[in-house]
Amino acid sequence: MTFIPKPKVRNPSLPRNDLGLTRRDYEGALSTLCAGCGHDSITAALTEAIWGESLEPQNLVKLSGIGCSSKTTAYFVSGGHGFNSVHGRMPSIAMGANAANRNLHYIGVSGDGDTLSIGLGQFCHAIRRNLNMLYVIENNGVYGLTKGQFSASADIGSKAKKGDVNRQPPIDPVLLAMNLGASFIARSFSGDKAQLVPLLQAGLRHRGFALIDVISPCVTFNDHEGSTKSYAYTREHYEPVVNADFVPLQREIVADYAPGETLPIVMHDGSRIVLHKVARDYDPTDRVAASAYIQARLKEGEFLTGLLYVDPTQKEFHELNDTPDVPLNSLAPEVLSPGSRGLERILARYR
Amino acid sequence: MPAVPAQDRVNDFAIKIATVNGTGSASANSLLMKAIFRSGIPVMGKNYFPSNIQGLPTWYEIRVSRDGHVARSGRVDIMVAMNAETYGKDVREVAAGGYLIYDSTWPRPALFAREDVTVLGVPLAQLCNENFHGVRTRILMKNICYAGVLAALLDLDPARLRDLLAETYAKKPQLVDSNMKAIQLGYDYAKAHFACPLPLHCRPMDKTAGHILIDGNTATGLGAMFAGATVAAWYPITPSTSVMDAFKSFCEKWRVDPATGRKSFAFIQAEDELAAIGMVLGASWNGARSFTATSGPGISLMNEFLGLAYYAEIPAVIFDVQRVGPSTGMPTRTQQCDLLLCAYASHGDTKHVCLYPANPEECFHFAVAAFDLAERLQTPVMVLSDLDIGMNDWMCREIKWDDGWQADRGKVLPLAEIVKLEKFHRFLDKDEDGIPYRTLPGVHPKAAYFTRGSGHNQFGAYTEDATEYQIVVDRLVRKFHTARSFVPRPVIEMAAGRTDVGIVAAGSSDGAVREALAVLAGMGVSANYLRVRAFPFNDEVDRFLDSHRLVFVVEQNRDAQLRSLLTLETPVDKSKLRSLLHYSGLPISSSFIIEGVLAEVAPKPLRSVGPAHGA
Ligand SMILES: Cc1ncc(C[n+]2csc(CCOP(=O)(O)OP(=O)(O)O)c2C)c(N)n1
Ligand code: SF4
Ligand SMILES: [Mg+2]
Repeated sequence: MTFIPKPKVRNPSLPRNDLGLTRRDYEGALSTLCAGCGHDSITAALTEAIWGESLEPQNLVKLSGIGCSSKTTAYFVSGGHGFNSVHGRMPSIAMGANAANRNLHYIGVSGDGDTLSIGLGQFCHAIRRNLNMLYVIENNGVYGLTKGQFSASADIGSKAKKGDVNRQPPIDPVLLAMNLGASFIARSFSGDKAQLVPLLQAGLRHRGFALIDVISPCVTFNDHEGSTKSYAYTREHYEPVVNADFVPLQREIVADYAPGETLPIVMHDGSRIVLHKVARDYDPTDRVAASAYIQARLKEGEFLTGLLYVDPTQKEFHELNDTPDVPLNSLAPEVLSPGSRGLERILARYR
Repeated sequence: MPAVPAQDRVNDFAIKIATVNGTGSASANSLLMKAIFRSGIPVMGKNYFPSNIQGLPTWYEIRVSRDGHVARSGRVDIMVAMNAETYGKDVREVAAGGYLIYDSTWPRPALFAREDVTVLGVPLAQLCNENFHGVRTRILMKNICYAGVLAALLDLDPARLRDLLAETYAKKPQLVDSNMKAIQLGYDYAKAHFACPLPLHCRPMDKTAGHILIDGNTATGLGAMFAGATVAAWYPITPSTSVMDAFKSFCEKWRVDPATGRKSFAFIQAEDELAAIGMVLGASWNGARSFTATSGPGISLMNEFLGLAYYAEIPAVIFDVQRVGPSTGMPTRTQQCDLLLCAYASHGDTKHVCLYPANPEECFHFAVAAFDLAERLQTPVMVLSDLDIGMNDWMCREIKWDDGWQADRGKVLPLAEIVKLEKFHRFLDKDEDGIPYRTLPGVHPKAAYFTRGSGHNQFGAYTEDATEYQIVVDRLVRKFHTARSFVPRPVIEMAAGRTDVGIVAAGSSDGAVREALAVLAGMGVSANYLRVRAFPFNDEVDRFLDSHRLVFVVEQNRDAQLRSLLTLETPVDKSKLRSLLHYSGLPISSSFIIEGVLAEVAPKPLRSVGPAHGA
């Protein structure tokens, strides 16, 4: 990683977002990942999505665990605070941070090892609390940083670089999140920026836990023949079922969609996601039917991608907790302490 | 201890009540204790209960002490034996000249054959069966009934008991009448059948004014609210759970906007202790005051995150209400067994600020101090109480609050300062006190930095460079040194005369040590006393150790953890440290300390003692 500042040349021709900022203003430190690593493409998509959403960099909190994937929070939006925590425990850090200040945007980046093995418990419980955050799994089927062991997302029959074949069934974060009642569930591929960017934007706007499982090939340890998470295999077997267009509040829907194939979803702030159903009979608002559909296709070795399930009405943590609009970290001391007279009253029953 | 004639023991005796848990005896016991307290007589109450919900033996010890001793003395003068299963053990425990009260509905003369103990049989079950309906009610009332018997024997005013019942059951007045009826049954029976009061009894005093009866966990939860904590995360574990219960119920009363119902706090039951501490770190990092409460097993799980907090310099407050280890140990028994675990929690070179409250009043003030210290020092602060302080009602000075108090939020750069900066560097030691400046998310892009537990240099950037790494960890040593001047100082009490013997203790051993010192002084053995209240130790601890020839280190664990910490962290010559180790799971008693000291230091005949008896 390098912290040598890149000269920020103001190029007047660079496009600007609603805040007048260019994509350069959303960059982070230089990546130290292997050339061609899927994670870097996701970083680029995140940068694009955040820029496109015109988020104030300082209002962004980037959280991660440990792994190659978890390093990437350093590689975008250096104007936002980052927190590279410990292996598998990012959700608890996110929970605490979010409890302290509900008004920031929380983006968690994790790996399949970080989320599905050591961190499986915290991942599930963040979903249960419908913690308001965008949670991206950079899923490569292996532990990249510890040099290529199978992760819990490795498919049966997938072959490791050194020849081992995985025999245990994978934990699929999408199906798991479906079961746990997650309010926003998507799957995508690091190589499909056109699909990924609007999904990330929708996830950022979703009020509640937005999960995006992104297949992100590890070129060093899991991109060979026989791997089910290689670029080649993924291109072949991943099938968009629902594509999303994220439509911010202030913009009009311009595109013309054939009726029956589009499904506008209104987010809590009035913005919309327009879903294009590639498969006509897929309903991303019906949890049971959607789960069954995904599982049926999985049996045939096909991984459905897109916004697979969404329910913008589910209450998130703070709504359930009845926290005030003013963040808990900014409440006036008078609100917090009953003072000496209050203490007198409290202690009466202990006299 | 030498036997003392009973007539000298007004307001100076101990009662032990043996019952079965889940049978309502807890309310009878606290009623008695509070009645004594309200009579102005210093009192101690300790509950020895099993790790189980219903049906196992439970004891409650009430010590009445006109001299204000709040520890166990180690002797029992009156035993109320309500549990037939433990009769044998209970009878043996009564001191010579003492009394035994039992339910004589089923007479057991053979069992209680002790000539030096007066046995008082009261047909409690029979009385209650005749006067109450329903199996459950009869069992509950039987336990209230013995409170009436004791009231008569000890000369407690029944009107005071009624007042207390009225306070307790303010919302259920019908319970006041039924409970009072049971009390009256016992009271009248005792008056009619025994010479009341006993030579050991209560006589009103005025020694409890300005005091309260409160448990340490309640005081801790209260302190957290007064300190302005807003994010509380925990995973239930005995004996810490009531810290969270207290915080929640105080907040529900004082922190809910009556107009909107909005809560100025987040109370999160985590999935485990790893998550609980993670939430605390996330919230504190983001500028909220946040804490968790746990016990030994929870601290074990929190270790990885505690190291991150230490190295990434994130404030956090952790209340460890210690219980008997190792492993699950004895969850409802007390010990001071996490001293080393907490001081050096986590892998790598780590050291943590620890506070050791000795009573509920200190639990409150140390809770407040912990938040200030954590933010001032940007590091986890652990407050180590124990089951004895946490779950028993202690008589302590009334807690006072200074309305001029302002939270010390430490070195957090405000926006106005940030905009003036060329560039923000997270870990620079600008003030040369080892404490860097931090910033909060959401303020300004210039203030953004990357928090990590991996190697970082003083500017906040990732590093694997030897020098850069060492600059940061060496500064952490300076920071820990700075902490010495911020943490609570020890309490030192010098003996009346010159002595080269010292006693060092921490936390809940305090009451027993003080009583031991008084008794020992009466035998001509004098010692100075230092009570450690925080780690790192400050200079006064060094000086105290240095200036004594022999130092007893009194603590409640097997492995002499406080002594280890003293030998590791002060220049003391360890050969002069003598351990007095109490680790049975019961709170330490004064007699244990007295015996331990006397084994090493011979009592001197006192000049004031009169001529020897005999021819
Ligand atoms: C407690 C703990 N155990 C083990 C490790 C070692 N470790 C670092 S990263 C990693 C796996 C990362 O896998 P994944 O989350 O899939 O990330 P990737 O590198 O594949 O992106 C492991 C096991 C650690 N950092 N901490
Ligand atoms: S090892 Fe794999 S996951 Fe890690 S950076 Fe290299 S390609 Fe990416
Ligand atoms: Mg991986």
